[in-house]
Amino acid sequence: MSTDFADVHFQIMWNRLISVVEEQALTLVRTAFSTSVREAGDLSAGVFDREGRMLAQAVTGTPGHVNAMAVAVRNFIQVLGEDNIFEGDVYFTNDPWKGTGHLLDFTFVTPVFRKGELVGFFACTAHVVDVGGRGFGPDASEVYEEGIFIPITKFATRGEVDQSLINIIRHNVREADQVIGDLHSLSACNYIGHLRLMDMMDEFSIDRLDALRDFIFENSRRATLSRLSALPAGSYFNEMDVDGYDIPIRMQVRLDVSPDGVHADFEGTSGQSALGINVPLIYTIAYCGYGLKCALAPEIPNNHASLEPFTVAAPVGCILNAQHPAPVAVRHVLGHFIPDAVLGAVSQFLPDVAPAEGASALWNIQVSVRPIPGAKAAAGERLQSAEILMFNSGGSGARPTLDGLNATAFPSGVHAMSVEATEQVGPITVWRKEFREGSGGAGRLRGGLGQVVEIGANEGHEFHIKAMFDRVRNPARGRQGGRPGAAGVVRLDDETPMQPKGRQKVPAGRRLVLELPGGGGFGNPSERDPQAVERDIELGYLSAEQAAGEHGK
Amino acid sequence: MTHDGKQVRLGVDIGGTFTDVAMEIGPELFSTKVLTDYSALEQAILDGVTRVAGKAGIGLGRIDLIIHGTTLATNALIERRGAKTAFLTTRGFRDVIEMRAENRFEQYDLNIVLPAPLVARNNRFDVAGRIGASGRELQPLDEAKVAEFARNVSAAGYESIAIGFIHSYVNPAHEQRAREIVEREAPDLSVSISSEVSPQMREFERFNTVCSNAFIRPLMEGYLSRLVDRLKDIGADCPVFMIHSGGGLISVETAAAFPVRLLESGPAGGAIYAADVAARHGLNRILSYDMGGTTAKICLVEDFTPRTARTFEVARTYRFKKGSGMPISIPVIEMVEIGAGGGSLAHVDGMRQIRVGPESAGSEPGPACYQRGGERPAVTDSDLVLGKLDPMNFAGGEIKLSAEKSAVALIDHVGRGLNWDAENAAVGVAEVVDENMAAAARVHAVENGKELSEFTMIAFGGAAPLHANRLCEKLGIDALLVPPGAGVGSAIGFLRAPFGYEAVRGAYMKLSQYDAARVNSVLQGLEEESVSVARAGVPEGALEIERKAYMRYVGQGWEIPIILPGSALKPEDRVHMRGLFEQEYERLFGSPLTGLDIEVMNWSVKAVSKLFPVERAARVLVDGSAPINATRKIFDARVSGFVEAGIVNRCDMTPGTTVSGPAAIVEAETTTIVTAAFAATMQSDGCLLVRKKEVVQ
Repeated sequence: MSTDFADVHFQIMWNRLISVVEEQALTLVRTAFSTSVREAGDLSAGVFDREGRMLAQAVTGTPGHVNAMAVAVRNFIQVLGEDNIFEGDVYFTNDPWKGTGHLLDFTFVTPVFRKGELVGFFACTAHVVDVGGRGFGPDASEVYEEGIFIPITKFATRGEVDQSLINIIRHNVREADQVIGDLHSLSACNYIGHLRLMDMMDEFSIDRLDALRDFIFENSRRATLSRLSALPAGSYFNEMDVDGYDIPIRMQVRLDVSPDGVHADFEGTSGQSALGINVPLIYTIAYCGYGLKCALAPEIPNNHASLEPFTVAAPVGCILNAQHPAPVAVRHVLGHFIPDAVLGAVSQFLPDVAPAEGASALWNIQVSVRPIPGAKAAAGERLQSAEILMFNSGGSGARPTLDGLNATAFPSGVHAMSVEATEQVGPITVWRKEFREGSGGAGRLRGGLGQVVEIGANEGHEFHIKAMFDRVRNPARGRQGGRPGAAGVVRLDDETPMQPKGRQKVPAGRRLVLELPGGGGFGNPSERDPQAVERDIELGYLSAEQAAGEHGK
Repeated sequence: MTHDGKQVRLGVDIGGTFTDVAMEIGPELFSTKVLTDYSALEQAILDGVTRVAGKAGIGLGRIDLIIHGTTLATNALIERRGAKTAFLTTRGFRDVIEMRAENRFEQYDLNIVLPAPLVARNNRFDVAGRIGASGRELQPLDEAKVAEFARNVSAAGYESIAIGFIHSYVNPAHEQRAREIVEREAPDLSVSISSEVSPQMREFERFNTVCSNAFIRPLMEGYLSRLVDRLKDIGADCPVFMIHSGGGLISVETAAAFPVRLLESGPAGGAIYAADVAARHGLNRILSYDMGGTTAKICLVEDFTPRTARTFEVARTYRFKKGSGMPISIPVIEMVEIGAGGGSLAHVDGMRQIRVGPESAGSEPGPACYQRGGERPAVTDSDLVLGKLDPMNFAGGEIKLSAEKSAVALIDHVGRGLNWDAENAAVGVAEVVDENMAAAARVHAVENGKELSEFTMIAFGGAAPLHANRLCEKLGIDALLVPPGAGVGSAIGFLRAPFGYEAVRGAYMKLSQYDAARVNSVLQGLEEESVSVARAGVPEGALEIERKAYMRYVGQGWEIPIILPGSALKPEDRVHMRGLFEQEYERLFGSPLTGLDIEVMNWSVKAVSKLFPVERAARVLVDGSAPINATRKIFDARVSGFVEAGIVNRCDMTPGTTVSGPAAIVEAETTTIVTAAFAATMQSDGCLLVRKKEVVQ
């Protein structure tokens, strides 16, 4: 019985490790200032072995950091040197190529010592409020313009925080108090993880994680490979065009499927952009791994062994493997399309698993609102400047057995903010935020609806936006005969068109209107259940005329 | 009224399976359980009341007070059994309750289904008119359109109307005007407005709350008036009060207008029960642990008061996962509920990991050992194989359990996949379910910045005493109380609930723009509201007032409740408020931050009648050993093997008698397992105190 019972112990410890990293992540969500961390869970937390291999990762968080951080920890060990790691140290970086893809993300790594011996590491990553430079937008032409760059370095040495480094950061960013608050909260969240891990090791009377690691890796590897061995081996291709900044971007992928793993190669993908939509390879790996895992092995927890069979390559200098000093601030737009590109290839061998393409890239909007010189605020209100970040999601692609999700983020894990809370942040009014009727791609299963968002400045104010919108020229395509979702539209309320990317002014008195893309349909529209069509019309998801045209009824 | 000069009070809890009735006459307690009859809920109450009055030997006319809690409101939401409801909202915001947070509650499942909105899109209507964030009217309400709406929905056969406008928590004028118009045009319709039901910021939560209220209101109004009438018919002509989500009492009239306040009132009663036991024993830090057939509920109780929160989620649709249900923004006793009960089913997943719950075997067919056709192993099957249950003496001997059936089920669904025998599989299931509950307790403690090793556990509900001691071991808790009458804990808890009400309102304020007069006016309004509700139950006598501000650093997303001083705030109190916030922030997260402004999002005031002074149960000294009837082998997880355990009848234990673990202390409804490292001592009030051996003197 004893060996079997040890297995139960290992299972319990594995579950416990996952709750340890969840606690680590929760601490971050509750103390962070960055909107994308606290509202969108744009973060990651995990525990690693002595060699920097990931044992467990919090499921809280957005896939952008899935396995980006896993790779990052080994970068830390390599750069710092194994003999330069001491109890009480804390390391950090925002290097886009060694961390998670842009300067706005800081990754913190803390070594864990037990009885004087290194047993592993905690790491976490989060998007901070600001890093200086041009701010969160696509308009830089080199990473130097995008803000301060901290290479892998020690935040604290043997318990002593490097105050001069903090001081340098403080003088290079906007909202310095919040940014420094974010850095301390990252460091604290690793510390919380450390405390809980020590409790666990006390309870189970262990001093090293090696046996537990072997158990986790062995089980995860076996489960993943058993999934992969059931797939038809071969090579599968897909390509997808998206808007890009100024010129269209082609994303091309080949999946090599074998019982030992799935290799994704992005050969044929467009070259780097002159503007900040480029993606460092580490971020490509993250979203590619996420897309594959969703489709092929969704319930296996993320760790080194479950991710290892998924490998990624992209030609040096293509937009998915952009090289320093390329600008990368809004790398999320193309990053969010990677799962669509990958799932298109998956659909060729698992036609009943992969959904149609969706809006996919979030329609994040940064609003900079300012008083109009000489103007007056409304009675009882005051003139003020404010920076407001809003998340909005279009429709997701129809699934092989289910309609797409209306106005729901995929692949990102973000939450939208309350309009009432947003309007408390600064002097804007959101006049409309509701489904965009008729925008879901027709099919046997309908694509998710996009949404319409309408924003105006309050009396005495005007605003600029930093646009980072895609699928305006290239809508989400359907699958297996499904029709594309509606393309996105960016305009003013008087129908003046706006550019989908870059900084622009909304003239005083006008409102900005965003019509978000719908998801693609799945299967032939003529095969849609007539009752489902009727229900859609009743709910106003589309008009009777549109339904007649699309479904022939 | 009264009996021999003593007050006669009756608690009634309608649960999923049983309706529990507890009658208290002075210090004496009578209780009964009758099966819940879904087709006529009030009938079970009448039966139970009659039966318990018979036990006590008193006439129904002698009952002074009935306190009632029910899962009816919760079940109506889960099962979507409610009125045909129309929702009127601000133009441009028709889809708020369907768009939810625009996220997926499970990252890796491509096939998730979001919960359907309570009010479908074709039953949601909008109207022009807009209040801004500051409360200023940006656009007048289109009154003609409201009137047209009212006539249309009335003609279309809608039964209930919800109205929710943007920023109505700051300025309710448009909602109030719209209600007037609807009531004028369609006087038969029941109207709920969000600024009354839940005046908190955040439109998704508030709109969903007002829709929920409207949806269940006709049903609950009908039920409550029938109940009161029929109680009168049988001679129980006494006041009836309802227990609400926050653990206090409200009048039947308030409950009928705001039935959303009745959600989760049964579990709230359980927490009140634990708080009362804690007060009797002078325990300031309690972990209340309630485990029934389907779920386990865990709640922190400090200073004899359960923690409350401003919002919660009901009707989760995906493995109890956060985000898969409906948010309700009303004050509620804060607890975590997970799918871990005696009936929770176990299986092995693709990772060769044992998973337990949330699917439950229920009462039909029940766990495999019930021999009623259940073939899948439940937690109860594992308990039986591990020797924690006596197969011949379960539920007072009414159900004969089959360990063979349990073993077969455990091997088929757990052991085979792992090459384990039935005993190993049972150990695995027990450890996994105990760990799930321990993890939920740990997260709950961490979220509240508490250290569980300083807490005492109070366990009740049929399955809790079997698992409580092991849970203590996992959580580092040294002492556990198992009270008598644990099986009807919630109904007893109702009798301990204070009259009280908490009112919450959103009113945004940065501390840098602190305005004492405005704060005092908000708090005064809230106090008037909560006092007037509480006064319906306690016309005189002192009320305790607690005032809270929900604060955070500007830019953060998580608010911390801060208890404010009792007196009116003065202009110079800004510094004091900052100090209170920073103190709490430091306790939760390590250290306060410098240079940042602080903002208040919501305010609340709770008015509560003073509780009856509880009689303290002095801790008794160990005085002899309890008689051991027999022994059997019971698995002890800490020892990693079966140990010979003494079997003791709880009724044989007199105050002071002690049983040294490993032991099983048996009573009709449940069995308390004492692990090898612990010992149990009977207390003067009938509670079992289970403590680590080294602290038992």
